[in-house]
Amino acid sequence: MLEGVSPDTVAVKKRVLVLFAHPALEKSRVNRVLIRDLDRIEGVTFHDLYEAYPDFDVDVEREQALLVEHDVIVLHHPFFWYSTPPLIKQWEDLVLEHGWAYGREGTALRGKVMMSAITTGGREVAYQPGGHNRFTIAELLRPIEQTAVLCGLDYLPPFVVYGTHGMPQHEIAAHAADYHRTLRALSRGTLNLEAARKYDRINAELNAILEE
Amino acid sequence: MHGQGFFFQAFVYLGAAVIAVPVAKRLGLGSVLGYLLAGMAIGPFGLGLIGAEGEDVMHFAEFGVVMMLFLIGLELEPSLLWRMRAPIVGLGGLQVAVTTGVIGVVAMSLGFRWNAAIAIGMILALSSTAIVLQTLAEKGLMSTDGGQSAFAVLLFQDIAVIPMLALLPLLAVEPVAAAAVAATTEHGASWVEGLPGWAQTLAVLGAVAAIVLGGRYLMRPIFRFIAKTRQTEVFTAAALLLVIGIALLMVQVGLSPALGTFLAGVLLANSEYRHELEADIEPFKGLLLGVFFIAVGASVDFGLILGDPATVVAAVGALILLKLAILLVLGRMFGMGFDQNLMFSSSLAQGGEFGFVLFSFASQQGILDPETTQRLVAVVAISMATTPVLILLNEKLLQPRFGTRERQKREADVIEEANRVIIAGFGRVGGIVGRLLRANGFGATVLEYDSDHVELLRKLGLKVFYGDASRLDLLRAAGAEKAELMVLAIDDHARLMGLVETVKKHFPHLRILARARGRIEAYDLLEKGVEHVYRESFDTSLRMGVDALRALGARAHHAHRSAQKFRRHDEAALAALGTARHDREQYVSAARHHIQALEQTMLRDIQDRDELRDAGWDADSLRKEYGGE
Repeated sequence: MLEGVSPDTVAVKKRVLVLFAHPALEKSRVNRVLIRDLDRIEGVTFHDLYEAYPDFDVDVEREQALLVEHDVIVLHHPFFWYSTPPLIKQWEDLVLEHGWAYGREGTALRGKVMMSAITTGGREVAYQPGGHNRFTIAELLRPIEQTAVLCGLDYLPPFVVYGTHGMPQHEIAAHAADYHRTLRALSRGTLNLEAARKYDRINAELNAILEE
Repeated sequence: MHGQGFFFQAFVYLGAAVIAVPVAKRLGLGSVLGYLLAGMAIGPFGLGLIGAEGEDVMHFAEFGVVMMLFLIGLELEPSLLWRMRAPIVGLGGLQVAVTTGVIGVVAMSLGFRWNAAIAIGMILALSSTAIVLQTLAEKGLMSTDGGQSAFAVLLFQDIAVIPMLALLPLLAVEPVAAAAVAATTEHGASWVEGLPGWAQTLAVLGAVAAIVLGGRYLMRPIFRFIAKTRQTEVFTAAALLLVIGIALLMVQVGLSPALGTFLAGVLLANSEYRHELEADIEPFKGLLLGVFFIAVGASVDFGLILGDPATVVAAVGALILLKLAILLVLGRMFGMGFDQNLMFSSSLAQGGEFGFVLFSFASQQGILDPETTQRLVAVVAISMATTPVLILLNEKLLQPRFGTRERQKREADVIEEANRVIIAGFGRVGGIVGRLLRANGFGATVLEYDSDHVELLRKLGLKVFYGDASRLDLLRAAGAEKAELMVLAIDDHARLMGLVETVKKHFPHLRILARARGRIEAYDLLEKGVEHVYRESFDTSLRMGVDALRALGARAHHAHRSAQKFRRHDEAALAALGTARHDREQYVSAARHHIQALEQTMLRDIQDRDELRDAGWDADSLRKEYGGE
């Protein structure tokens, strides 16, 4: 309604929901730093699933309402056994109901964006054909990707922090800064989604895809 | 005292206290100064509402000092006392010796005979336990370095009074009637006065041994027995009886009653009844000390001062300055920081209440002439009255100017046993909470009303205290001001509600987790604004329901999930139905109310049945959509 918005106030364009799952956060080194002050970023809602549902009793109504209220969904978790911690699977099973998230009438999530944010103990070289883990992260994340696609979500390349075992503090801090930058850009709409798709992980070359 | 006279006196004293203390506190002067001013106002030189009997009152009220030392003993575990032995003997001993010497020399140079000079030096070396400790405690300075040192010195002085009483007759140049020795700090003859020396010594040792052994082995079973009656006033009576009994015993063998009760306090410091005893004795001590301070204020002889103001003022000034200087040097020697030293020294630079007794005793012995005695008593009284002013001056003028920031750092050190959790009631419910916390390394302060239970738990090594948790003073003693969490698990719902009210009013920072017997009790708690309410049988009933479902053939996970969903549904219903209950309550009896609450809940169950299944794992709709294939 005001004539002309002052240029330095960057309006929040998209609401970002970080669904975070770590069954033993008190033992984590990297994730603890990654999530620090996350909810202070404008437009970002931080939702700690293991804190909300220690007994796996996911509140479906509440979760669906949260999804509806947000435009970008970030599934943030350590990569356990090439997959998510079990609570995320429980969450998927219960929240992504047929007729709501998918199916003929299931259109609640259509048009939203989804991204995985994961940490792995192994280094990048281990996630290669012929490497220790034989498959790339993108390949191992296919079930999640397909879940997103089935629900009509636009699935971005994941934010990956490799080699967390024995990672020095300054590197952890650098990754945390990257992560926060990414989320801020997602919320402000300054992340070039098309450019991002060229990379196998979104934080491979952040400066190339952020339009800050 | 005649009935009417007594009531009139009580009225005057209490009235003066009630008016003067709040005003003094409001002005930032502290309660002690308020009492003293009140005493001056109603004394013979003020309104004249109390006359010469003020001195009797003072002797009676000295008992407040005895109670205070008992309370201090309760706060002081024997191990802590042992750690303080160096400051008590070293700092305290030096303070008494050096001050006696210096004041003695000054007195001799003023023309007093050597024996009178020593007596004056000795007596003026003492400081006022009552005023100093009360003032420091009120300002929260007791746990600081300076406060602890002041306490050590005062403790040594209280012990030193006894040898002084023995020494004074030896200073008498012309021997007086031997019977005067009997005049100890209290009145009345003692049992031991006629006995030979070795028997007296034996009696003293016997009395101390009796207190130590009694405190160790006898008091706790007796208190447990009394606690079982659950009559609060009987427990209070027993606590008073203990203090008075020990005081009497001490007087009989010629020891200081304050010392005896202090010892008893230390011995009970580890017992489960400590907080309850504290809470019981505290008001008596407070009142008696208040009366004592008023009496001191009233006894300040303004006639004498006005008769020869220069001498009295000079004497008071010299006394305070001399003591201050000596204390500062000693404090420095014992490694106190500058502002702690200032606080320590300014608080101890006065005469003490034992001075009144000792001066009149010295006068009886013919060491001092009556006129000098009168004047010295006035000096002591005035110097006592200036103490709170001196402490205030130090706090307001000296500290801000010369103080380093050291004080803040030190204060936090000495806080003892400040658990983050207080558990009220350690039975079926509280016990489990406490055990879980302990298994995870969190200590809890436990308050329990069942004395048998307390005994058993303490044997198991838990820090459990006996007492009615709904009492404000007991909560305070248990550290409610510093705790974060209060687990209310007592059985009696009415008492629990009282406790909720007390906690919400006086300790609003405490997060309350409260036990409720059932729905109705939970409504009560929710209404009072308690966020975390636990119906004691709810979880167990759900588990029983789960097992019943399984016995009927349901899969374990299905039964488990049903219970989870049911719990969430029921808790939502509890909150929703609870708010509307007052409209209904007017029409139905309590028993009917229970049934109606159940009915309402069950109706809601039917209405929300759809919500109670896991649609995500339900393939019905999928089959409908893709079933054609």
